[in-house]
Amino acid sequence: MATVILNREIARQFTDGATEIDVVSDNIRAVIRELDARFPGVGAVLRHDMAVAIDGEIYQDVLLEPVGPNSEVAFIPAIEGG
Amino acid sequence: MNDAAIPGNGEYKWVGKRTIRPDGVDKVTGRAAYGADFSLPGMLYGAVLRSPHAHARILKIDTSKAEALKGVKAVITAADWPEIPASEATKGTAPVNFQHLSDNLMARKKVLYDGHGVAAVAATSLAIAKRAAKLIEVEYEVLPHVIDVLEASKPDAPLLHDDLYTSGLDEKPAKPSNLARKVAFGIGDIDAGFKAADAVIEREYTTKPVHQGYIEPSACVANMSEDGTSTVWSSSQGQYMIRQYCAGLLEVPASNIRVTPAEIGGGFGGKTTVWLEPHALLLSKKAGHPVQMTMTRDEGFRAYGPTSGAWMKIKIGAKKDGTIVAGQAEYMFQAGAYAGSPVQLACMCGFTPYDIPNVESIGYDVVVNRPKATAYRAPGAPIGAYGIASALDELARELKIDPMEMRLKNAAKQGTKTSYGPTLGVVGNIETMTAAKEHPHYSAPLGENQGRGVASGFWFNVGGETSVAVSLLEDGTVMVTSGSPDIGGSRASLCSMAAEVLGTDVKNVKAIIADTSSLAYNRHTGGSRVTFAAGIVVIEATRDIVQQLRERAAMIWDIDVDAVVWEEGEARPAGPNAGEFEPLTLADIAGKTIETGGPIGARRSKNVQAPGPAFGTHIVDVEVDRETGHVKILRYTAVQDVGKAVHPSYVEGQIQGGAAQGIGWALNEEYIYDEKGRMENPGFLDYRIPVASDLPMIEAVMVEVANPTHPFGVRGVGEVPIIPPMAAIANAIEDAIGVRMKDLPMSPPKVLAAIDAAG
Repeated sequence: MATVILNREIARQFTDGATEIDVVSDNIRAVIRELDARFPGVGAVLRHDMAVAIDGEIYQDVLLEPVGPNSEVAFIPAIEGG
Repeated sequence: MNDAAIPGNGEYKWVGKRTIRPDGVDKVTGRAAYGADFSLPGMLYGAVLRSPHAHARILKIDTSKAEALKGVKAVITAADWPEIPASEATKGTAPVNFQHLSDNLMARKKVLYDGHGVAAVAATSLAIAKRAAKLIEVEYEVLPHVIDVLEASKPDAPLLHDDLYTSGLDEKPAKPSNLARKVAFGIGDIDAGFKAADAVIEREYTTKPVHQGYIEPSACVANMSEDGTSTVWSSSQGQYMIRQYCAGLLEVPASNIRVTPAEIGGGFGGKTTVWLEPHALLLSKKAGHPVQMTMTRDEGFRAYGPTSGAWMKIKIGAKKDGTIVAGQAEYMFQAGAYAGSPVQLACMCGFTPYDIPNVESIGYDVVVNRPKATAYRAPGAPIGAYGIASALDELARELKIDPMEMRLKNAAKQGTKTSYGPTLGVVGNIETMTAAKEHPHYSAPLGENQGRGVASGFWFNVGGETSVAVSLLEDGTVMVTSGSPDIGGSRASLCSMAAEVLGTDVKNVKAIIADTSSLAYNRHTGGSRVTFAAGIVVIEATRDIVQQLRERAAMIWDIDVDAVVWEEGEARPAGPNAGEFEPLTLADIAGKTIETGGPIGARRSKNVQAPGPAFGTHIVDVEVDRETGHVKILRYTAVQDVGKAVHPSYVEGQIQGGAAQGIGWALNEEYIYDEKGRMENPGFLDYRIPVASDLPMIEAVMVEVANPTHPFGVRGVGEVPIIPPMAAIANAIEDAIGVRMKDLPMSPPKVLAAIDAAG
C-alpha cells in the first residue's frame, strides 16, 4: 500500500488528525477518490490548488500520475516561484 | 516521469560548455528590442492617475476636464472595466484571483495604498496624457491606514476589507480582520522536542518590504481593433500569462489576444503578472488607436511588485553535541492590499535544509495598506531563512560549535522527512555544505572588526506547462522555438541541449521566443523552471527530429529504418549488414525533404513534473566600521547544487545576481513611509540597491549533483542564491563586532545604533 501524507490543517479538518494514511489506489485521481470516500469532503480540498510529491518528486496539476505500491504521496500546496 | 538520462556521465560536447551567448550581440549593441521600443502608426501614449492616499474611499471621479483637453483620446476608470464578482474570481487554470487583480489595477470603491490606480488617459503625447491625468478630479474620504504587520493584526486596526474573514482557523471568525489566512505545517512533537533540548534560542526578527529592482520598467504597446482582435507587445515573464490575465480581466476570448514578448530587462518575479497591458487594451479600444504605456520608476516602486515585509519569531532547540531536536517558527507577512503573501512558502522552506524531527511552522497572511505583494525570487524563502539561519548561528555560538559543523551535523539529505510533507529524494545539500567548509574562503584569516558568516537555503524549483517546436531548416540548420521568455540564458541552454541530442555544432542551432499564436500554452518564466522544463521538452522534440532523420535516411537508402543510426550529427548504416552508404548530414537530408515526405519538424507540449529541489550555502566576510556603522562586504562565496550547469557562465551569473540582490536586501533596501503611508523613497537614489563598487567579485561554486529526473541532470538555479545572504551577513556582523542584528536592513544607522546599545 502507498502512504498518503497530509498536512496538519487538512488532517485536523478531515481525518481526525491523522497525517499518514495508507491507500491501495494506483494513481493520483484514484488516491483522491479513495480518500474522499473515506473522509468526505477532503477530495475537493486536495483537488484545489494542491500539488503532490510522489516519493519526494513534486507534481503539480496531475491526476493520472502512477503511484507505486510502496510510494509516499504527500499533498502539498501548489508552488509558484519568482 | 520524465524521459531517460542521456549517456555521457556528466560530460558532453555542448552541454556544460561556455558557448557564445546568443543574446549577447544584440544586447551590447543596443539592438535588443525591449518593451518600450515598439511603436505603431497613430500610436497614443498612456498615463495612469494614482492615489495620493494610503487608504481612502472614492466618493466621486470627474474626468470631464481631462477629456476636454486637446489631444486626449480616451479616459478610463474602473467603470470601464468589467466588474468581477467574488464568485467569478477564479477562471480556468490561472493561479490568480481576478477580482483582486482587477481591483488592484484600477481601484473601484476604495484606494488601498499610495499609488493605487484610479484612472488612465491616452493622448497624442505623453506630456498631454500626464497633464490630462492631473485634470481628473477625484473626491476622497481619507481613512485611517495601517502598514506595520503587527499593527495590522490587532483587533482594532483599520480594516482594509469588510468582507475578509481569516481562513485556516477552526471556526470562521465572528468579525472580519486584516488576517487573511493562517497556514500551519509540522512534523513530530514540538513540545517533546524542546523538552529534550539542552539549549534553546528564541528570537524575534523583522524584515522590511523590498522591490525586485528590475532595471527595465514594464512597458507595452496594445492595439485593439473594432472587432475586438488585439495585439500586445510587452516586456514580461510570460506572454501567455499576459494573454490569460488580460482575457480574464477584460472578459474577452483568449483567442482574440496575441501577445508578442519583448526582450526583458529583469523581472525576478516582479513581471509575473499584468501591470499596464489591460489599461492599454481598454484605452486602445476606447480611442481606436494603439496605445503605448511605460511604467515610471516612481510607479514601479509605489504600485508594482514589491515583496512582503515580515515579523517572525524563531525558536530552535539542540542537544549539547549540536543535534537539533526542535524548530519552531511563527511568521506574519505583509500581503499588501490583497491577500496572497508568500508566507506559506516561508513555512515550507525555512527548516528544510536541516533534518529536524520536531518542527512547527505557522504563518499569517496579513493585508496592509501597501501594494499587493508580488513574487520575488524564491518567494518567502529568504525571509524565513533570515530568521532561522540567524537563530541557528546564535545556537551554535552558545554551544561553542563551528556554525558549518552545526549545519553539517544536521543537514537534510536523501531520505530526510521534511516538515511540509515529502521525503527528500536525490539532493545536494550536504555536498554544498561540505564544499563550502572545504573552500579556502572558510579558513582564510580575518582582521580587526571583520567577521565571517554562513547560511543555507532551499527552494523546490518548478516545472509546469511548456510547449516548444524544433524545426530542421532548409539548409540543415535548426530552429528551436520556445514560449518561455529568456531571463537567465535559456536560449543558450536550449540550443546546447538540442545540439547535444542532434550531435551538431551548437552554432547550427538558434532559439527564439515566440508569440502566443505560435505555440500552445507556456507557464511564465519563474520558479527556476525554464532550462529544466523547456529543456526536457526540447530534448523530446529533438529526439523526435532524430527519429524523422533516420526515417528519411532509410528512405533515401531504401533500407529499413532500424538499419540506420544517428551518430555525431549524421545518419549512418547501423552495421555492415545494413549496406554501404555515405553518411547523410543534416544538410544532406534537409536538401531532400521535398522528395522524402516534406518538412521536418516536431512540436511538444507537456506539463513537466518532478523538477528536483536545490540547496545552496553561502560564506561572507564583512568589515564593520564602528564609527559609521557601514558594513563592507569583503569576500563572498556562493556554493550551490545546480544539478548540471548547461551553460556555466549563465549559471554563475544567476548565482552572482541572486547573491547581489540578497546583499541589497540585507544591507540597504527598504520601503520608507511617511506618517500618511506614502512611500518616501520611490527611486534608485533613495532606495539603494547595490552597485558594482559596493561588492567584491562574488565567487560562484557550482556543485553538480545530477537531478535524476532530467536527461542531463539539470536543476533550476535562479531562486536559491537570494535565500542565504541576509542571514549570512547578519551572522558575519555578529562575528565581527559581537552585535546581533535582528531587523533588516542592516543599514549604517541601525548598525551604529546597535553598537551604541551594546555599549
